[in-house]
Amino acid sequence: MKMNGAEIIIKLLEQQGIENIAGIPGGTNLPIYDALYKSSINHILCRHEQGGAFIAQGMSRSTGKVAVCFATSGPGATNLLTAIADAKLDSIPIICITGQVSYEYIGTDAFQEVDTYGLTIPITKQNFIVRSAKELFFIIPEAFRLANDGRPGPVLIDVPKDVQQEIVEFNEWPQMLPEVVVENKIDSSLINWVSQQINKAKRPILYIGGGVLNGNASEQIRKLAKKNNIPVVTTLMGLGCFSCDEPLYLSMLGMHGTRYTNIILHEADLLLAFGVRFDDRATGNVVKFCPEAKIIHVDIDEAEINKLKNVDYSITGDIKAVLEGLLPLVEENNREGWIRLVEKTKAEHPFILPEARDILNPINIIKLVSKLVADDSIVTTDVGQHQMWTAQVYPFKNPRTLLTSGGLGTMGFGLPAAIGAALENPDKQVICFTGDGSILMNIQELATLADLNLNVKIIILNNKHLGLVRQQQELFYGGRYIASKFVTNPDFAAISRGFGIPAYDLSKETDLIETLKMAIAQVGPVLIDIPVRENENVYPMVKPGAPITEMIGGDIYDK
Amino acid sequence: MTNSKYFVIELLVNNHAGVMSHINGLFARRAFNLEGILCGKIGDGSTSKMYLLVDNDDFLVQIVKQLNKLYDILEVVVHQDFDITVFNNFETLLKIKVE
Repeated sequence: MKMNGAEIIIKLLEQQGIENIAGIPGGTNLPIYDALYKSSINHILCRHEQGGAFIAQGMSRSTGKVAVCFATSGPGATNLLTAIADAKLDSIPIICITGQVSYEYIGTDAFQEVDTYGLTIPITKQNFIVRSAKELFFIIPEAFRLANDGRPGPVLIDVPKDVQQEIVEFNEWPQMLPEVVVENKIDSSLINWVSQQINKAKRPILYIGGGVLNGNASEQIRKLAKKNNIPVVTTLMGLGCFSCDEPLYLSMLGMHGTRYTNIILHEADLLLAFGVRFDDRATGNVVKFCPEAKIIHVDIDEAEINKLKNVDYSITGDIKAVLEGLLPLVEENNREGWIRLVEKTKAEHPFILPEARDILNPINIIKLVSKLVADDSIVTTDVGQHQMWTAQVYPFKNPRTLLTSGGLGTMGFGLPAAIGAALENPDKQVICFTGDGSILMNIQELATLADLNLNVKIIILNNKHLGLVRQQQELFYGGRYIASKFVTNPDFAAISRGFGIPAYDLSKETDLIETLKMAIAQVGPVLIDIPVRENENVYPMVKPGAPITEMIGGDIYDK
Repeated sequence: MTNSKYFVIELLVNNHAGVMSHINGLFARRAFNLEGILCGKIGDGSTSKMYLLVDNDDFLVQIVKQLNKLYDILEVVVHQDFDITVFNNFETLLKIKVE
């Protein structure tokens, strides 16, 4: 048969089971779009390439599968960069396929030419430039394998226009690479040693993160924790991997972690760090993190071991395999003394909730919303105070129910990620908590949402500020507020209606709670703008660089 | 001869245009210092050998782990036993040409 490079790309994507692709066409990827014309793949025309890549992230984060987005050369490719870097830091498997000027023009400053390959080296897991259409038979399946292999991450494939148009004659499609069955064989002596440490420990804690999510190991974590009565703290990326309903759940640690969580960590004599990377937002001053504890680090990426904190013992490998090896060897233990100390610390340093009558307190709004939607609903956030409040109080019970930009902290993530999640999960409710700063960073995707009429509820906690910046200026810069208060505040409800999406401005409603309930119960997209106090802070807070036991605010004695 | 101040990292890599960028980028963005590079194709030209001269410091273990993660790097070997004069006499390269 005879096909051009573009047709081969689309056919190979179909073979990989891709159903949705977000993107924007342009001069150098038009052949790919022409091939898409004949395909069963559903294309989502986003309004900015960054939105397209975050839609792909929303698809991937909510399902664990590889998702794809398209962009043209030059500005199309540069617009992708933030979302690619975001996927790299949170280990999200997406594949970006970019158009490039024809091979003979590369390096000549041709129209819409940029060195996409060079620009994406530091922010992809791997990138490719395709030099002939024949290479696609290898590169496309290889990109899918790589994106999800070991520690997942983004892959970019740059395809010059002439390669898309190059005709290839071939007799049959190359064999699909057989699903590589990863040998999850972990050295049993390592497993033995770790199990002995757990059995010997007096005050163990499980510290779990995104690696548990990517390793689909939350069930095994639950079994291990229950069998040996090990309390569990999670990072931002780990939220949902251990249900907040479990008595052993100690919530999120770190800069905005719960007071008792950070204090109990200080008491641990054994830290089981599973699928985490000792990020500074989680550990605070890493030298002073868990000083009493022996640390066992399990991660699929060997480069994470001893990167920031020298540990006493480590296993490089698949978390699920490690946990399954450990489970029969770990003894049942009720750990009465340790659990009693944990409970006492929880009682002495609880998370301080606002009074219930303070209905426009962001924490109360987030808790109310959580009660109005099903447990399996998917929550996306943007970045800032609303994100931290959501992480602190939203009751996450299942993996992949929180999609948030953890590592890169990208404002503008929430709305397109919600669109991607809703596309792949048509049976679920999707909630996007955002702020008045963040929503404007990808507000154009309201048009995409209107096109698709997806079941996404956008909740803006509107404090007329870059709230987390304002908070840092208040606490650490002597109250010298600069560039954190917006001079004008757009009418978000009017903007939303302008895009064709129903909206409510709670500052104009009399019965706030009833309006919120009604808005969330509506089918299809809705935007809800909620005014909140301008000077509300996220507490507790650990000053950047300080140990996590040194927390500001949120103390019972502050009241 | 055994060196204590430096190590040589020997790499077997796929020989195509982007490989050098990936390796340079790794050193630059993680602030690892690179004291010298020797590089050339081997065999049929599909692979190359690279010899990187690096400081003997605490970062070495992390550098090697990061190099091992790069897709186009096929093999990483660390040497302490090598002749450092090769890195100190680059000017002889052009002198030979003139003669």
